[in-house]
Amino acid sequence: MKKFIEGSHAVAEAVRMCKPGVVSAYPITPQTHIVERIAKFVADGELNAQCVNVESEHSAASLVLGASMMGERVFTATSSQGLILMSEVLFNIAGMRLPIVMVCANRALSAPINIWNDHQDAISLRDSGWLQLFAEDNQEAHDFICQAYKIAEDHKVMLPVMVNMDGFILTHGMEVVDVAEEKTIDKFLPSYNAPYKLDIENPMSFGLLGDPSVYLETRLALHKTMEETLETIPKVGEEFASLFGRKGVDLIEEYNIEGSGTVVIAMGSVCGTIKDYIDGSDEDIGLLRVISYRPFPKERIRKALKGAKRVVVLEKAISLGSEGPLYTEVRSLLDTDTTAISGFIAGLGGRDITFETLDEMMNVVKESPGERCRFLGVDSSLLKEEFYV
Amino acid sequence: MFGPLIAKPGSSKDNKTGSWRTVKKPKFLQKDCIGCGLCKQICPEGCIVGEDNNTYEADLSYCKGCGLCANVCPKKDIEMVPEGEE
Repeated sequence: MKKFIEGSHAVAEAVRMCKPGVVSAYPITPQTHIVERIAKFVADGELNAQCVNVESEHSAASLVLGASMMGERVFTATSSQGLILMSEVLFNIAGMRLPIVMVCANRALSAPINIWNDHQDAISLRDSGWLQLFAEDNQEAHDFICQAYKIAEDHKVMLPVMVNMDGFILTHGMEVVDVAEEKTIDKFLPSYNAPYKLDIENPMSFGLLGDPSVYLETRLALHKTMEETLETIPKVGEEFASLFGRKGVDLIEEYNIEGSGTVVIAMGSVCGTIKDYIDGSDEDIGLLRVISYRPFPKERIRKALKGAKRVVVLEKAISLGSEGPLYTEVRSLLDTDTTAISGFIAGLGGRDITFETLDEMMNVVKESPGERCRFLGVDSSLLKEEFYV
Repeated sequence: MFGPLIAKPGSSKDNKTGSWRTVKKPKFLQKDCIGCGLCKQICPEGCIVGEDNNTYEADLSYCKGCGLCANVCPKKDIEMVPEGEE
């Protein structure tokens, strides 16, 4: 049924229908509305789950880790400082192969403190062993939840999934969302059947010492499984599409790429702006939207960029002292002798990425192709060599 | 794909921590031992066995060589000796 709702509530509706047994989270802007709404569902008897209050994100992540180990389907959500406070536990969740789903409302990292959107929080955890999907709009954020559980709980996968949605832009944005039917979700996502769990009848231990004779193999297994999910993700997306009648999750989205000499690569909600920009432009510009950042779909990207003369990576995160992380990875896939690959950083800390920003980007691409790390929309009057107050 | 992920109970026995010993190992002299059992109680590996006077000894396949037993013995009947010494 189509509803005009806020992104956070679209996500909460989806979580309710996936029926987690335990939900724990700590409030943080701009994620708070998600768990606030889930807590209401529990209080109103619409979701039969334990909603556990905790004193920090580290505890929230630890709590869902424990509950998942007991064989429960669990959910948590966070953002920015909360995500990096969770980070110790997030690496453990992946290493212990627990199929936890969380939503990250993407937000900038301190300092200076900033509650607005960019991708630095999630990108900083790209090596944690979590699958990372980036939604473009609220429909996708809603639809990704049940697909994330389906991917995570596949007995051949058993890895956690982080669904990323842009803070404020999506979480607080009102859009028409085709809210799934509960009975269709029930059909798509059966209840979680844990292949291993804590059980006093059959005692076992998780996450214990892995000395030098075994540790390396556990990491190799994580990596191989991540690579295998490059097949699982589109497969689950196809199954979703056939049941729900709309597009399911995929690794990338190609928009107007065929025959376009210039292809822009980006992630998340800014892709909507880029699509509008392409539609209104006389030039041959295409968009490659990366949906799955981890696992990174190398082959699909390489194939999609085959005909591109100029590749432009626009991202909302930076590896300080190097360049944009997505830029580095895209560059590693292409032949720099035949393709000019430019990298741009924009929209940090919630700075709007507008058509003017994209005009500036396309001008730089024309005038000096191959810039590796150019910031867009810079107010140079704010930058001084001396410390000032 | 999975690597070593889960352990069933009892796996500590398979982990022969004796290989962690570096310099010295305990030598139970069994001369002046009064059977007080302090060495057995203090051993962090629980690898000392014995009941009566002059019967205590350590299982060197688990002993990490920490020396607590020699330190606690009231009769100085345990000595830390270099590896390889009889």
